[in-house]
Amino acid sequence: MTQPVNNKETTTDIYRRQFLGKTAAAAGLALAPGMILTEVAHARSADQPASDKNRWGLLINTNKCGTGCTACVSACQTENGWGEINKSEPHSKASQKAVWIRKVKLKDKLTGHVQSLPLMCQHCEHPPCVDVCPTGASMKRKDGIVLVDKHICIGCRYCMMACPYKARSFIHEALENQKVHAPRGKGTVESCTMCVHRVDTDGTPACVEACNAEGHQAMYFGDLKDSNSAISVELRNNGGQQLRQDLALNTGVRYQGL
Amino acid sequence: MKKTIPFLAIEGRSSGYYMLLAILATFILASLGAFYYMEHHGHYVTGMSNQIVWGMPHVFAVFLIVAASGILNVASISSAFNKKAYKPLARLSALAAVALLAGGLMILVLDLGRPERLVIAMTYYNLKSIFAWNMLLYNGFFAIVIVYLWTMMQRNLGKYTRVAGTAAFLWRLALTTGTGSIFGFLVARQGYDAAIMAPMFVIMSFSFGLAIYILVLMASYNWTERPLGDAIFNRLKNLLGVFVAAVLYFVAVYHLTNLYEAQHHDFEMFILRDGGIYTQLFWLGQVLIGGVIPLIIFYTPALAKSRGLVGFGALLVILGGLAQVYGIIIGGQAFPMTIFPGKEVIETTFADGAIASYVPTLAETLLGLGGFAVALFLIAFCVKIMQFLPASLADKDVDPHYKAS
Ligand code: SF4
Ligand code: SF4
Repeated sequence: MTQPVNNKETTTDIYRRQFLGKTAAAAGLALAPGMILTEVAHARSADQPASDKNRWGLLINTNKCGTGCTACVSACQTENGWGEINKSEPHSKASQKAVWIRKVKLKDKLTGHVQSLPLMCQHCEHPPCVDVCPTGASMKRKDGIVLVDKHICIGCRYCMMACPYKARSFIHEALENQKVHAPRGKGTVESCTMCVHRVDTDGTPACVEACNAEGHQAMYFGDLKDSNSAISVELRNNGGQQLRQDLALNTGVRYQGL
Repeated sequence: MKKTIPFLAIEGRSSGYYMLLAILATFILASLGAFYYMEHHGHYVTGMSNQIVWGMPHVFAVFLIVAASGILNVASISSAFNKKAYKPLARLSALAAVALLAGGLMILVLDLGRPERLVIAMTYYNLKSIFAWNMLLYNGFFAIVIVYLWTMMQRNLGKYTRVAGTAAFLWRLALTTGTGSIFGFLVARQGYDAAIMAPMFVIMSFSFGLAIYILVLMASYNWTERPLGDAIFNRLKNLLGVFVAAVLYFVAVYHLTNLYEAQHHDFEMFILRDGGIYTQLFWLGQVLIGGVIPLIIFYTPALAKSRGLVGFGALLVILGGLAQVYGIIIGGQAFPMTIFPGKEVIETTFADGAIASYVPTLAETLLGLGGFAVALFLIAFCVKIMQFLPASLADKDVDPHYKAS
């Protein structure tokens, strides 16, 4: 797992350590609770370019995801400055407002089993949004994070047509009060950045942090290329599915218990 | 050798002509106003949303771009396939192709979220993107067709017309295939995931383009009181009939193959039976108005005798074509994508699994109509300043051996 960004002893950190302890135990690794794991490949300063030594991913355990819990969504809104709590798009109709991450409740058509999960950009290895983007504004970093360069995006929305998960939003009006690390602009397209600004300073995405803080611990974040990372170990031991596996996009976000 | 028919610029001094230009200019201004309104406020004033991201402007733009390549067909038949009878029609055909493409592209650009960044679109190419390829195809189309026109209009360049015409013909096939592929690349959306999409667009372009051509031809010859004989007119009418039938055939194959594939079954039921407005647009708009009625008009001798009715039939083909493009673009987006096969979405904040609604606003429609107006204005203006139209298309001038049947 990843190293906490700040040194302050927050509840989040405590939760994370407990989480680490549990995961490590599950992985069969003898680790003292509270010990901080540092991935070698992750240790780089913010001005170093993203490296293809990493591939950042998320793993979501739908069995642990709390029905009715929206901690990840609120955390993302707070972190990146979108959504109701920021009143950032007062004129837009509900269907026009940006949605970076959403909670979806599903019912299996055969068994009737109900489950809930967060859905966001799946950070595809072969992202259709990047393939179709005429200007190259949609791009995939070497470490697998898919982003939109807001300075090049012409707002053609072709990427939104191409994304199989409806992960992208178009900004339908002028915005104010944006976060420095998450610039957004009228007439351009945006989506989950996997909290790239946190990742680049060895942090954890806000959604994952919030989920742990709530005590659900339904989300893992980590390096898929590091076979010792908690996410890789968990994937190896218990598996994880891609949404729309048939499209062969090799998504960076995986789900358990679907 | 029989004498060649001279091409003459129209006089263009009548009050009717100025009235036509004024009406078209009004539509163009209205569309620019609509553009300013949408751009100033942002797209929240439109019916578009994060569910329906391409709306009415795209319907008009795609229709015009498709029709642009199709309207060149008339010239191609004359130059690339060397059919003498079509020679007098070639210039207008090439002119209209350029004009329609300009109109369609104007809409596309003005509907961008950031139209002022067009330069970026022109300089930052992502060569993997079919959209970027299309921009190259559009620019190339302008260039090739203008060269082609030049070879036709400059007397001593006539020997190159065949080559230029063939190049233009091949280029336009690529262009329409490219437009169709824009949808073909959207594999996640069930309505677009079909290989037949690209050839279907080619045949749609034949039909829409020729329908517009016939109407433009009728209008220019009526209003300038130049003769337009049955030899040409019936030929074009019959050709349009063939194209309309071919579109219907492709549409039938598309839906039938979809019906046989389990994963497309739901989408088919949506379009063919349960889709409300999209079902109506399909059966009433596309099939009945855009297909069956025109075919009845064109192939019932008693009806086909009336120029007015045939013109009406061509108009119906255009309306049906717009309905078809609307169904493809909007219907294809309204139908929910399957993200979780085998599961039913019972709660979401983003309309997953639900049919998205879209109500086009006036501004969007005006922007779309503006594209048509730009195209027609360009045609009306150019036929006055240059020699695009033959002085006569009377039977005796076009084909001395023509016998009315
Ligand atoms: S989920 Fe959608 S937006 Fe994200 S990388 Fe894949 S195609 Fe692009
Ligand atoms: S909307 Fe922007 S990011 Fe998306 S395809 Fe167009 S230019 Fe690329």
